[in-house]
Amino acid sequence: MVPTHYYLILSAVLFGLGAVAFVFKRNIITIFMSIELMLNAVNLAFVAFSQAFGKVEGQVFVLFVIVVAAAEAAVGLGIIILIQRNRQSLNIEKVNLLKL
Amino acid sequence: MPTPILDILWIIPALPLLGAAINGLFGKGWPNKIVNTVALASTGLSFLAALEAVREFFAGGQQLVHKEFFDWIVAGSFRAGFDLQMDQLTVVMVLVVTGVGFLIHIYSTGYMSHEGGYYRFFSYLNLFMFFMLILVLAANYVLLFVGWEGVGLASYLLIGFYFLKKSASDAGKKAFIVNRIGDFGFMLGMFLLFKTFGTLDFTQLFAKAVPWSHEAWGVFGTFTVACLLLFMGACGKSAQLPLYVWLPDAMEGPTPVSALIHAATMVTAGVYVVARSHILFTHSDTALIVVGTVGCATAFFAATIGLVQTDIKKVLAYSTVSQLGYMFLGCGVGAFSAGIFHLMTHAFFKALLFLAAGSVIHAMGGEQNMLHMGGLSKKIKVTYWTMLIATLAIAGFPPLAGFFSKDAILGEAFQREGGWHSLYVVGLLTALLTSFYMFRLIFLTFHGKQRYDEHHVHVHESPWSMLGPLVILAVLSIIGGWLAAPSFWGGEDHFTAFLAPVFGTGHEAALSEAAAHSLELTLAVVAVVAALIGLATAFWLYLRQPGKPAEIAKSLKPIYNTLYNKYYVDEAYGAAIVRPLLALSTNVLWKIIDVEAIDGTVNGIAHGATATGDVTRRTQSGNTRSYAVWVVVGALTILIIVFWPAIRALAGGAQ
Amino acid sequence: MNPVLLIFFVLAGLAVLGAASLVLQKHPIHSALSLIVVMVCLAGLYLLMGAEFVAMVQIIVYGGAIMVLFIFVIMLLNAGEEEHTDFSKLAKFAGLPLAFALTASLAALVFKPDASVPTATHAFIPKATEQISSMLFKEFVYPFELTSFLILVAIMGALVLAQREKK
Repeated sequence: MVPTHYYLILSAVLFGLGAVAFVFKRNIITIFMSIELMLNAVNLAFVAFSQAFGKVEGQVFVLFVIVVAAAEAAVGLGIIILIQRNRQSLNIEKVNLLKL
Repeated sequence: MPTPILDILWIIPALPLLGAAINGLFGKGWPNKIVNTVALASTGLSFLAALEAVREFFAGGQQLVHKEFFDWIVAGSFRAGFDLQMDQLTVVMVLVVTGVGFLIHIYSTGYMSHEGGYYRFFSYLNLFMFFMLILVLAANYVLLFVGWEGVGLASYLLIGFYFLKKSASDAGKKAFIVNRIGDFGFMLGMFLLFKTFGTLDFTQLFAKAVPWSHEAWGVFGTFTVACLLLFMGACGKSAQLPLYVWLPDAMEGPTPVSALIHAATMVTAGVYVVARSHILFTHSDTALIVVGTVGCATAFFAATIGLVQTDIKKVLAYSTVSQLGYMFLGCGVGAFSAGIFHLMTHAFFKALLFLAAGSVIHAMGGEQNMLHMGGLSKKIKVTYWTMLIATLAIAGFPPLAGFFSKDAILGEAFQREGGWHSLYVVGLLTALLTSFYMFRLIFLTFHGKQRYDEHHVHVHESPWSMLGPLVILAVLSIIGGWLAAPSFWGGEDHFTAFLAPVFGTGHEAALSEAAAHSLELTLAVVAVVAALIGLATAFWLYLRQPGKPAEIAKSLKPIYNTLYNKYYVDEAYGAAIVRPLLALSTNVLWKIIDVEAIDGTVNGIAHGATATGDVTRRTQSGNTRSYAVWVVVGALTILIIVFWPAIRALAGGAQ
Repeated sequence: MNPVLLIFFVLAGLAVLGAASLVLQKHPIHSALSLIVVMVCLAGLYLLMGAEFVAMVQIIVYGGAIMVLFIFVIMLLNAGEEEHTDFSKLAKFAGLPLAFALTASLAALVFKPDASVPTATHAFIPKATEQISSMLFKEFVYPFELTSFLILVAIMGALVLAQREKK
C-alpha cells in the first residue's frame, strides 16, 4: 500500500512545476500546457483522496475536471490561433495592448 | 366673545407674524395701499386682541393666567413649552408694545411712502412685533429668549434697511454682534438657573427661589452670579455700559424704527427681564447694587455725550441710553414698579420725540444736522408743539408724565439709599443735563435764526398719517403720569398698587405719613428746580447768546472734543478688541488653521489617494507574464490565510 | 519494499521528469510530448489506485484528444523555438521563489505523519466504475447535464473563433 501522502506530495510537486512553467515560459501554447499539467496534478490529488476515504465521489469529480479541461482547451486554442493571426507571434509578451 | 382671548393668547403675537409673512412673501409687487392694509390690520387687530385680553384679565379678578399651548422642549425632567402668561406686568408691557407699535405703524405709512422696499419694511416691522410680543408674553425664560433673539434679528434687519449704504449695514452688524455678547451672558445665566432650580418656568422657578437665603454684598452665590449674567444680557439689549455702543449707530435705520425699537420697546426688554426676575435680584445685594450703579453711571455718561451732539437723532439716541439708565437705577434700588412706570412713560414721550424728529427731517428734506436748522416753529406747527410737549415730559416738568415717573425713581433712590445718596445726586445731575440738552435741541431746531437756504429746502408740514400718531402720543405723554401720582398731590399711586401682586407692595414706610409727604414734596421741588436750571441755561446759551456755545467749546476744547467724539469709546473698542480679534482671525485661524491644517489635510488625503494609485497602478502593467506571477502570489496568499493555524502548528512542531 | 511501492516510485519519478522536461524544453512540441508522458504516468498511477475508469478516460480524452489537439495547433501555427524577450521584471526575479514557495507550502501541509490524511484501508475501491456511473446519473446528474451543455458552448466558441475571415 502506498501511503496517501506520497501521492499528495507528488501532486504538489507537479503543481509547482506547472506553476513554474506558467510563470517562466514565453510561448503561449506552452503556458497553456502548463495549465493542463496543474489540472492533472489536482486530478491526482482527487483520486488519491477518493482511494483514501473509500468514496467514489472524488473520481466523479475528476471526470468533470477532465471534461471542463477539454472544453477549455478547445476554446483556448481557438483564441491562440487568433492571437497568432493578429500578431504573427506566439510570444506572450507581445500580447500587451493593455500596457500604458 | 365665543372664545375668551385668554384661551387663545397666542393670537396676539400670531397676527403680526401673519402680517409679516403675507407682506414678506407676496408683497413685492403690491401697491402701497395693500401692504399698508395688511400691516396695519395685523397690528391693529393684535392691539384689539390685547385690549380684550386685558379686559378679560380684569374681569377674571386679575388672577395670573398661565396657558400652555404645546410642548416645545421636553428632555428628561426639563420642560420648556410654548407657554404664555398674563399678569399685571404683562398687561402693562403688552399694551405698550401693541399700542405704541400700532401708532408707529400708522406713522410709517406716511414716512416711508416714498421709499423703496416698502413691503420689506412692513414685513420686518411686523416680524419685530411678533418677537417682542413673544418676549413679553412668555411664561418661561426659554421662550423669552426666543423673543429676545428674534427682536435682535428684527433690529438688525431694520437698522440695515438701507443696506446698500455701507454705514447702515455696518450699524446693523454692530447692533447684532454687541447684542450677541450680551446674549452670551444671558444664556449662561439661564443655564445656571436651570442647573440650580431644574426649571426655567417663571412661576415654578420663582416659587422655588423664594425660600433661599439672602446673599449680602460681596457674596458671589448662585443668585448673584445668575443675576449678574442675566444683567449682562440686559446691558446688551438695553444699551447700558459697556454694551451701549450699538444704539447711536442704530440711528442709521429709518426713524420709525428708531422710535419703535430703540426707544419704546426692544431696548426696554432688558428692563422687563430684570423686573420679571425681581425675586432673583432681590435675593442678591451685589446684583442690585451693580444694576443700580451701572444704570446710574450710564445715565450720566450718555447725558454728557448728548450735550454736544449735532445730529438730531444722535441726541435722542443718547437720551434713550440715559433714560434706560434711569429705569435700571429704579430696579437697582428695589423700586421695580417705578422702573416699569418710567418704561411706560418713556415709551410715550421717546417715541413721540423720535417720530417728531422724523417729521422735522421729512420737512427739511432729509437734513439731520441741527446746526443747519432753526426757526422752524412757525412753519411746522403741529410737529413743534408735540415735540415741545415731549421735551417738557422728558425734562420732568409737572404735570406731564416724565415728571411723575422720574420723580418716583429719584424719590425711591433717595429713600432706599443710606449714607451718601450718591446715586440720587448723580441721578439729579443727570436730570439737569437731560433738561439742558433736550431744550438745546428744541431751541436749535425750532427757534433762532434760520440757518438753512430756503431755495434748497422747502419746509413743509407732514401728512396727517404722520401727525396723527404724534398728537395721540402727546396726549399720552400728558396724562400718562397721572396713573401714579404720588400721594402729596392727593392722588393715589395706582400704578404701584396695580403691580403690587407682581412686585410686592412698596417699601415699608420708614418715615411717618407726614414726614413721607414732606420728603416727597421736597424731592419733587428739587427735581423741578434742576429741570428749570437746565432749561434756563439752554435758553441763555442758544437763544440769548448764540455765539457763546462756540466760544465755550473753543475754550474747553479737549473736553468738548472728548464729549463730541463719544469719549472715543468706539475707537478704544476697535483698538482693544476688534483689531486683535481680526488679526487673530486672519493670521492664525485663517492662514494657519484653515488654509494649512484643514485644507492641507483634505488636500493631503486626496494627494495621498493619488499617490497610492500611482503605486498600485504598477500591478496593471499590461504585461501578461507579470499577471501570471500575481496569480501565483494570490494562490499562495489564500493558502496561507486559510491554513494559518496549521502552518503555525507545523512551525511550532518543527522547532 | 513491496512491488506496489516500487511501481509507484517509478511512475512518480517518470512523471516528475516529464514535468521538468516540459519546463526546460525550448521547443513547444517537445513540451507537448513531455506532457503526454506525464499523462500516461498519471494514468498508470490511477490504475495503481484502482481507479480504472478514470485511467482509461485520462488516456482516451486527455492523451488522445486534448494533447493531439495541442500538437495539431503547434504544427498548424508552425510554432518555433522560444524567443528570448524579457519584459517582465517581476516574473524574472520573483517568479521562481514564489512558485517554489507554493510547492513547498502545499507539500508541507500534507506531509503530516499523523492520521489526518488517512491511508487507504483497501488497495482499491471495488466496482468503482459501476459506482461512478450510478452516481453520475443519480446524485450528479445536474452537473453532468451542465457539462454537456458546456461542451456544446465550447464547440460553438471554437468554431466562431477559428473560422477563416470572410473575404
